[in-house]
Amino acid sequence: MTTLDSKIPTGPIEKHWDSHRFNLKLVNAANKRKYTIIVVGTGLAGASAAASLAELGYNVISLCYHESPRRAHSIAAQGGINAPKNYANDGDSIYRLFYDTVKGGDYRARESNVYRLAQVSGSIIDQCVAQGVPFAREYGGLLDNRSFGGAQVSRTFYARGQTGQQLLLGAYSALVRQMEAGKIKFHPRREMLDLVLVDGQARGIVARDLVTGALETFVGDAVVLATGGYGNTFYLSTMAKASNATAIWRAHKRGALFANPCFTQIHPTCIPVSGSYQSKLTLMSESLRNDGRIWVPKTKDDSRKPADIPEEERDYYLERMYPSFGNLVPRDVASRRAKEMCDKGYGVGKTKMAVYLDFADAIGRNGKKWIEEKYGNLFDMYHEITAEDPYKNPMRIYPAVHYTMGGLWVDYNLMSTLPGLYVIGEANFSDHGANRLGASALMQGLADGYFILPYTIGDYLATSKFKPVKADAQEFRDVQKDVQERIDKLMSVRGNRPADEFHRELGKVMWEYVGMGRNKAGLTKALDLIPEIREAFWKDVKVVGAANDLNSELERAARVADFLELGELLAYDALQRNESCGGHFREESQTEDGEAKRDDKNYAYVAAWEFAGEGKKPKLTKEPLTFEYVKPSQRSYK
Amino acid sequence: MNITLRVWRQKNRTDQGRLVSYTAREIPPDASFLEMLDVVNSDLVKKGEEPIAFDHDCREGICGSCGIVINGRSHGPNRGAATCELRMRSFRDGDTITVEPWRAKPFPVLKDLVVDRSAFDRIMQAGGYVSVKTGGTPDANAIPIPKPAAEEAMDAAACIGCGACVAACKNGSAMLFVAAKVSQLALLPQGNAERKERVDRMIAQMDAEGFGACSNTYACEAECPKEISVQHIARLNREYIRAKVL
Repeated sequence: MTTLDSKIPTGPIEKHWDSHRFNLKLVNAANKRKYTIIVVGTGLAGASAAASLAELGYNVISLCYHESPRRAHSIAAQGGINAPKNYANDGDSIYRLFYDTVKGGDYRARESNVYRLAQVSGSIIDQCVAQGVPFAREYGGLLDNRSFGGAQVSRTFYARGQTGQQLLLGAYSALVRQMEAGKIKFHPRREMLDLVLVDGQARGIVARDLVTGALETFVGDAVVLATGGYGNTFYLSTMAKASNATAIWRAHKRGALFANPCFTQIHPTCIPVSGSYQSKLTLMSESLRNDGRIWVPKTKDDSRKPADIPEEERDYYLERMYPSFGNLVPRDVASRRAKEMCDKGYGVGKTKMAVYLDFADAIGRNGKKWIEEKYGNLFDMYHEITAEDPYKNPMRIYPAVHYTMGGLWVDYNLMSTLPGLYVIGEANFSDHGANRLGASALMQGLADGYFILPYTIGDYLATSKFKPVKADAQEFRDVQKDVQERIDKLMSVRGNRPADEFHRELGKVMWEYVGMGRNKAGLTKALDLIPEIREAFWKDVKVVGAANDLNSELERAARVADFLELGELLAYDALQRNESCGGHFREESQTEDGEAKRDDKNYAYVAAWEFAGEGKKPKLTKEPLTFEYVKPSQRSYK
Repeated sequence: MNITLRVWRQKNRTDQGRLVSYTAREIPPDASFLEMLDVVNSDLVKKGEEPIAFDHDCREGICGSCGIVINGRSHGPNRGAATCELRMRSFRDGDTITVEPWRAKPFPVLKDLVVDRSAFDRIMQAGGYVSVKTGGTPDANAIPIPKPAAEEAMDAAACIGCGACVAACKNGSAMLFVAAKVSQLALLPQGNAERKERVDRMIAQMDAEGFGACSNTYACEAECPKEISVQHIARLNREYIRAKVL
C-alpha cells in the first residue's frame, strides 16, 4: 500500500510555514533560467503561478483551452476574497480565519495547510491592490469589507459582484507582462490530454490544438496543474460549459492519487432549473444572503403570489432554526435545508423546487439605490434570466453543484504523489476539508499561485536530478500514441447519440444518488448505473466531423468519457465514508434534528484513491488527520 | 417557439463562407440563445452533420467568450447583455434570425462563428498592466483612493474583452476596449508611474493590429454588454495627448 507523506512541518503551527520556507533548498538566481515549468490552466491559480514563476526567472510554458487566459472560470466568482486584515476592527485575526476555515470544513482539512492559507491571505490583498484591482472602498478612500458566507466578522474584500473577474484580470495582467518579457510562452486553445512521466518524474504533457486538431508535446522539468474542479461531472452545475476534469483524471490514471472526491459543494443560492434544454445553472452570489431573507410559505403547495402571502404566513426557516447565524449559515446547511423544505412540499414557483430570497426589508431599510450599488449586476442578471424584477418580487433560488473540495492529493508543498507534478487551486484537495467557506476559493487559488508554489517548486528543482529529454523521446511518443488511439476510438464508434446525452444521463444519476443526500442503497445503485452508461457511451456515441479540425463534439466526447470514470470514483468515495461531514451528507449519519453527524473516531482521514485499472475498484489509502489546535466539535450554528 | 435561422457557415480561415438556413423547433422562451443553438446542433449531430461552431464558456455573461452578431447587432437586441444572457423570449415565434460572427479584419474567422481575438491579448501585453512583481507590495490600505475614482475605475474595469465594440463599429475600432483599461489605470494612483508609456504603447499596438479609428458614433457603448461609457474614450484621448504633447 502506498504511504502518504504529507510533509507537514513540526513545531508550533504559527512557525510551520516560516521554518519550512527556510528549510527549502533554493535554486540559484542565475540557474533559474535553466528550468522550464509547464503550467496548465490560466485561472487564478494558474495565472498567478505562471506570472510569479516567470518573475523569479524560470521559463514558463502556459496553456489553456480558452482562446485567451482571461476567460478561465475564476472570472465568474462573484462575492469576494477573505483576508484577516481586521480593517473592520471586529476582532479578526489569522488565528480566527484559520479556526473558522477548519471548523467550516467540518474538520476534514489539514490544520497546517489552513493555517498557512490564513497567514498569506493578507499579502494577496496587498498584491492585488498594487496591480490596480479596483476593490470597493469607503468614502475615506480605504478598503471596504463585508461579512460573507457564515463568517461573523467582516473580512471579505470585494469588487461589486465581480471580484473573481477583477482578481483574474489582475493575475492576467501579471501574466501578459511576462509574455511581453518573453519569460512565458503562452499557447491558447490547447487542451491537455495526458501527462508524460520520464523515470517516474512528471516531465511534460500531450495537448491537442483545438483549432487544427494536432497533438503536441510540451517538455519541461515540472508540471503544474491548475485546471479547476470537476463539478461538471453532475452535468448541471455553475461551472463553465467546457470546464472539465480531463487533466487531473489523466494524471490520476498515470499514478497521482485522487483525494476526497465525494467532497462536493452544493451552493444554496442559484437560479432554479427551468427546463430540460438547460445547459448550466447560474449562481447568485451568496453575499445576497447578507441582506436577503430566505423563506417559504407556511402552508404546503401555496400558489399565491409572494406579495399576497402575509408576514405571519411565511416561514423564515433559517432564522427560525438557527437564531444566531440565521440566513448566514454555511453553504452546506443552507442547501440541505432548502432541499428539505422543497421535498416536504413547501417549495415555490412553477416547478416547486425553489425557495424565496427576499430583499423587501433591506430595500425598505436602506433604499433601492443602496441595494443597486451593492448588488446591481446580480439583480440585473436575475432579471435577464428569469424575466422577473427582483426589486419588486423576491428571487427564487435553489441549490446547485458549485465547487469541488476534493481533487488530486498533494503534500504540504502542493506536490502530488507523482514527483514533479504540482496541483494548485481547485484542482487539488488540500485546504477546504469537507466544505468550503464563502470567499475562500479565490483566496486559496491566489495563495497557491502567488505565495506557495513559487517557493516549494524551487526545492524540488534544486534537489532533483533530471535526465535530458526532448519532445521526440520514447516516453513522449508512447503517451502521444495512447492519446491518438483514444481519439481514434472515439471517432470510430460512429453510434447514434451525441456525447451530451450521455453526459446528461450521468448528471441525473449523480444528482439523484450522489447529490445532496446520499445513502448506501442509492450509492450502490449509482455504482451499477454509471458503468452501464459508460458502456453504452463507448458503443453508441456519435462524434461527427474530423479529428484534425476544430471539433467541439470531439472535445466534448473526450471530456464526457473522463467524467464517466470520475463519477464512479466519486460514488465509491461517498460510499466508503459512512459519516456526514460538510457537503457530504450520508442520510444514515444525522442527529435527531437532521444535522450532519460526523464520526471522528472512524473517519478523521483524507481518503486518497489509487487508480487500479479501467472498470476496477480503486485502492484506498488513508492519510490520518490530527487536530491539535481546533478541537473537533459538532458544528453548531444555532 | 419555432425560429428560422440564417447562420454563417465557414469551414476555416480561408473558406469563403456562406449563410445557411436551419429551423429551430419547439424552443422554450426561457432558453438562452446559446441553448437554442445547442438544440439545433444536437439535431445536426443526429443527422450526421457538423454542428455550428461557436465560442462560449461561462454562459453567465462574464468570461467574454461568446459573441455573435444577431440580426446585425453585437450580442443581439438587448442592452447590457452578452449573447449567452440573451433569452429567446426577446424574439417572436416564427422570426427569422441572422446569425453571424464578429466582422472585423483583426478578428479572422476560424470556423463558423468562432473568431480569433488574440489581437486583444497583444494589446494588453503592450502595457495593460501595472509593473509590479509578486511580493514586496505595501499594505493595501497604504494608498487611500477616493471612492468616486475607485467606482469609476471599476466601471471601466468591468470590460469582459468580448469584442462587441469592435464588431459594432463601422471602422472596426477597438477604442472602447483600449480605453477601458487605460482609463481604469489612469484613475488609480497605482497606474500613475507608467501612465505615458502605457497609453502610447497600447495605442501603437492597436494600430498595428489593424483596428480602425474612432469617429464618435457611440455604437460601441450601445452594444457593450457591460455598458461601458464612451467617456472612457474621452479620457483615453486626453491621456494620449498628455503622453504625446505635455
